[in-house]
Amino acid sequence: MSDLEIQAGLGRSPRTGAPQSPRAPRIRRFGVAEVLAGLFALFLVTAALFPALVAPGDPLGIDPLSAFQTPSPAHWFGTDESGRDIYTRVSHGTGSSLLIGTLATVIGLGLGLVLGTLAGMLGPVVDFTVNRFLEVLFAFPGLLLALLFILIFGPGVATATIAVGLATAPGYARIIRGQLLSVRSSAFVEAATVLGRSPVQILMRHILPNTLAPLFVLGTLGIGQAIVWASALSYLGLGSAPPAAEWGAMLSAGRTYIGSAWWMSFFPGLFIVLTAVSATALGRGIERRVRRA
Amino acid sequence: MLVLWMVATLTFFAIRLIPGDPAEAILGGPGSQTSPEALAAVRAEYGLDQPVLVQYLAQLARLATGDLGRSYSLDQDVAPLLVGQLGGTLLLAVLALAVAWLLALGLATWSTRGGRVAWYLGSGLEIVAAALPHFWLATALIVLFSVWLGWLPPISTSGVSGLVLPVLTLAVPLAGFLGQIMRESLLTALESPFVLSARARGESERGVRWVHVIRHASLPAISLSGWAFGSLISGAVVVETIFARPGLGRTLLNAVTVRDVPVVVGAVLIVAVGYILMTLFTDLAQRIADPRLRAR
Amino acid sequence: MSDESGVGASVGAPGEGDGGVAPAVRVQNLVVGFGPQNDTDPVLNGVSFEVAPGECLALVGESGSGKSVTARSLLGLAGDNAWVRADELSLAGSDVRGLSEQSWRRRRGRDVGLVLQDALVSLDPLRPVGREIADSLRLHTRLGAAARHARVLEVLARVGLSDAGNSVRKRAGELSGGQRQRALIAAAIALDPPLLIADEPTTALDVTVQAQILELLTGLKLAGTGILLISHDLAVVGRIADRIAVLSEGRIVEQGPAHAILTRPEHPVTRQMLAAIPVDKPRGLRLSPRAAAPVSPAAAPFLALSDRADPVAPRNTVLEATGLVKRFTRPDGTEQLAVDGVSFRLERGTTLGIVGESGSGKTTTARLALALTRPDAGEVRVLGQPFSAASEKERRLLRPRLGAVYQDALSSFDPRLSVEQVLRDAVGGGRTGRGAASASATTAATAATAATASAADRLRVLALLDAVGLPQGLLGRRPLSLSGGQRQRVSIARALASGPQILICDEPVSSLDVTVQAQVLDLLDELQRNLGLSLLFISHDLGVIQHVSDQVAVMLDGRIVETGATARVFAAPEHPYTQTLLGAVPRIGF
Repeated sequence: MSDLEIQAGLGRSPRTGAPQSPRAPRIRRFGVAEVLAGLFALFLVTAALFPALVAPGDPLGIDPLSAFQTPSPAHWFGTDESGRDIYTRVSHGTGSSLLIGTLATVIGLGLGLVLGTLAGMLGPVVDFTVNRFLEVLFAFPGLLLALLFILIFGPGVATATIAVGLATAPGYARIIRGQLLSVRSSAFVEAATVLGRSPVQILMRHILPNTLAPLFVLGTLGIGQAIVWASALSYLGLGSAPPAAEWGAMLSAGRTYIGSAWWMSFFPGLFIVLTAVSATALGRGIERRVRRA
Repeated sequence: MLVLWMVATLTFFAIRLIPGDPAEAILGGPGSQTSPEALAAVRAEYGLDQPVLVQYLAQLARLATGDLGRSYSLDQDVAPLLVGQLGGTLLLAVLALAVAWLLALGLATWSTRGGRVAWYLGSGLEIVAAALPHFWLATALIVLFSVWLGWLPPISTSGVSGLVLPVLTLAVPLAGFLGQIMRESLLTALESPFVLSARARGESERGVRWVHVIRHASLPAISLSGWAFGSLISGAVVVETIFARPGLGRTLLNAVTVRDVPVVVGAVLIVAVGYILMTLFTDLAQRIADPRLRAR
Repeated sequence: MSDESGVGASVGAPGEGDGGVAPAVRVQNLVVGFGPQNDTDPVLNGVSFEVAPGECLALVGESGSGKSVTARSLLGLAGDNAWVRADELSLAGSDVRGLSEQSWRRRRGRDVGLVLQDALVSLDPLRPVGREIADSLRLHTRLGAAARHARVLEVLARVGLSDAGNSVRKRAGELSGGQRQRALIAAAIALDPPLLIADEPTTALDVTVQAQILELLTGLKLAGTGILLISHDLAVVGRIADRIAVLSEGRIVEQGPAHAILTRPEHPVTRQMLAAIPVDKPRGLRLSPRAAAPVSPAAAPFLALSDRADPVAPRNTVLEATGLVKRFTRPDGTEQLAVDGVSFRLERGTTLGIVGESGSGKTTTARLALALTRPDAGEVRVLGQPFSAASEKERRLLRPRLGAVYQDALSSFDPRLSVEQVLRDAVGGGRTGRGAASASATTAATAATAATASAADRLRVLALLDAVGLPQGLLGRRPLSLSGGQRQRVSIARALASGPQILICDEPVSSLDVTVQAQVLDLLDELQRNLGLSLLFISHDLGVIQHVSDQVAVMLDGRIVETGATARVFAAPEHPYTQTLLGAVPRIGF
């Protein structure tokens, strides 16, 4: 009667008797949303690296004769007040928008990592200080922090990017600190201590990898938001300025003609939304995969 | 209190980092030709000729008495100016928070009971809503309701109809965020043993939701409301600008563009106070909703 | 052997063909499955039983056998995507097959009540228990608020909840484990349903509280309620059940009067489950069928103790604790003595069992012994050398002599690592550090040494797997995808990797099914004998402790109240608390 022994040995995972949740659909290998998001991200990256590949026209080429055209087969997204093709401009704007978003996220994550690590690793005194500091930063809603920064260093693409990075940093710092603390007090770190590992070994083998892995997800989720924020600044006239083909700036330019030429604001905005949605969908997808693996 | 003091200190010294002479800014920026005498007079008037530490302490003392200084650009005392603007922004934020809560709760509830399609639709809607930038949503709403349908004014008038679009603009993205969180906790609660117990007692689906689940689903969203308030203030900056609505946000943005330091500092302080009050309020609300916290 | 005055016989189970009274529940050929009806294997496959009023039928099986699905099907709560078929399914004499949701709702709570395992989460933690109990009355009766309140107090008194007037206003979290389980039962019997389904009602409870709850259920049964008791534990069931049905893989493999099942089991599954119960089984007696292959001789050299003749440990005491004290500060600022003057000695090659109920300080003691927390007073010595008093750097030299096995094996593994990586880390130990250093050196010689070391590590990992009875195929898997028993084996393998002399096991089997528990206990026993290990074995389960220990220490409120040779303590307990504990242990005795 060694059935059980053998079965246990062969890894027959026990099924729980509890009925599976009927409400949360089981995640399939790739959701439709993830595939769509991935395709859109692919398009964006192509547009960012080789804009001519997806839109051969000149984003700055003025053609006053064909100003304010509605979307048509010739001009998919219509044209603006100087007759420039919106689709071309949106595609060519991908690079700078994506770059701003990515840079801002990197800055935010970097700062957050420094602050979070300081708080999580260097004992209670530093933790207390950093925590108070973060609390103060939290009292400034994100955009306010960015505005303050721009007030000091003046408007422009570079300041807007840094400002967005700065404004997102406290959030990241808090998440990283929490992650660090939970990993540090986890049972497997304790188990490694019992095995006689030195703090440095534990840090390198367990704490850092487990803290840093979620950052990738955070970053993916964050890029979308960073792009939204950066274009908000551009929109308010504090970031990229027209006629640069940056999404926020294009939206801002289209504001004047909102009543007559809705497509001028609609399509750049649509791209911002789609980028943010794709980033969220991809980030979630990665997160699920990481958690399940 | 500590946070307030640190906010004041931080903003004060951050402002010191601004390149250029504040006195020049007061007189119309570096471009304007100003006489040294005028500059000196302005410096004396605003106390800018004192050592930094003295200025700092003087400012703290003034802040302690509720004096936020005088605007460089508007030639007005900052405190009454901002307090006058506060009402509109608060109204906007509170309404938006309430609408966002309703939307989120409705969406989360609906998407967890209507089967697969509702589930995907609900979560998709939430993600898209959360990703909508205020400025674009505002534009889209204006085009739709004002330009095409002509139902609502594109510019915020004093009446109720003028409030609809700004509130919606602020509420929808927030509802997306809150909805995602609510649905997660709603699902956890729906699958918990106490819900099974309640069902085994003969509780109806509606009873399960209203008596048990909604409270559990609200808890994390309540704790996020402090943060949500902050994001609403951020959003108010954009929304007030677009809808040409008087308020704290628009004043702040204008002040930033013309580098009106006292107004910015004042506005930041007011927002910080608001955030702190909101956090206290959230804590209180959490204690009311979750008796387990009261014991501690 | 079979004393007929046992619980099962004394109640006089109503005969099956009693005729007069309708059974509280009657099930014929119940089939339940999830997903599409035709292309999935049913989870329950042809289950039949009935429970008469005043009778207790126990449905016993291991996790995954379909117990809980049965319970939920009887309430019409099998789930949205479940399909249920039966030749007969009747509650209180009326057919409930194909009932509309609304008709089901009218029956739930009135014709049948449900009691779940953990009252802390089975009662809404945000609502006062009084409101939870009153819910059934609100849903099924037209009683006014005052009448409902009176009835709630009545029911609470019936389940023996002292101070009912006060308790109604409390929430589950503010009551003790026993009190809230009583409240949960009160909520289920508020309308006096003819059938009470109790799904593992005592599993989360301390043994003394468990005895009280079983007594309460027995009282309900004698008052005429039919009870369907669902449990994984035959010993618990033996205390109250009139009849027992053994469930395995969705089928009832054996059903009959309790004492017959417990004393003359016929089906192999039942026999195996009975054999696995450690209570009153002498040390060394196998609880599980022998493994296909014992520790292979090839593994032996790799698992040899690091010190057959250890010069630093001439003494026989390998682990010694003297006067350990550990205080914790509660959130409200008051101090709590988690461990209060605990001393013990673990002799070479023996097992010291520490037993106690939740909150007695067992786990803190284990953490102190492993020097994971610093004692406020007293010290721990390992192999005669200072351990708790040493610096972590000095301790690290001694750590390989100590292995640890935890209750929650899964959380003790880095979620990113595979089984192989976990074990390689444990085997490679100090070498990974040096290996990294030598990798930076570019000479071919060091690279070669590293390769040899790596190959040796692999052999050792394989030997470890072999020793704990796991196939090599699991190496690439992550612990998350393993079964509970397999995880615990990996955990044991990791503990053995450094060739320790002492194993500290903190509740190593308490989250496992009884037959899997038996396998793990047998494995530990075998390893102890083959490798000469000394075990500090901590458990809440007296049966397990009795089976594995040479010496026992009984803990209560942070102190050791009684200690001595296992046989002596279990045969003639001196301390009143030990006597209470032993009296509460469910055992199969007829």
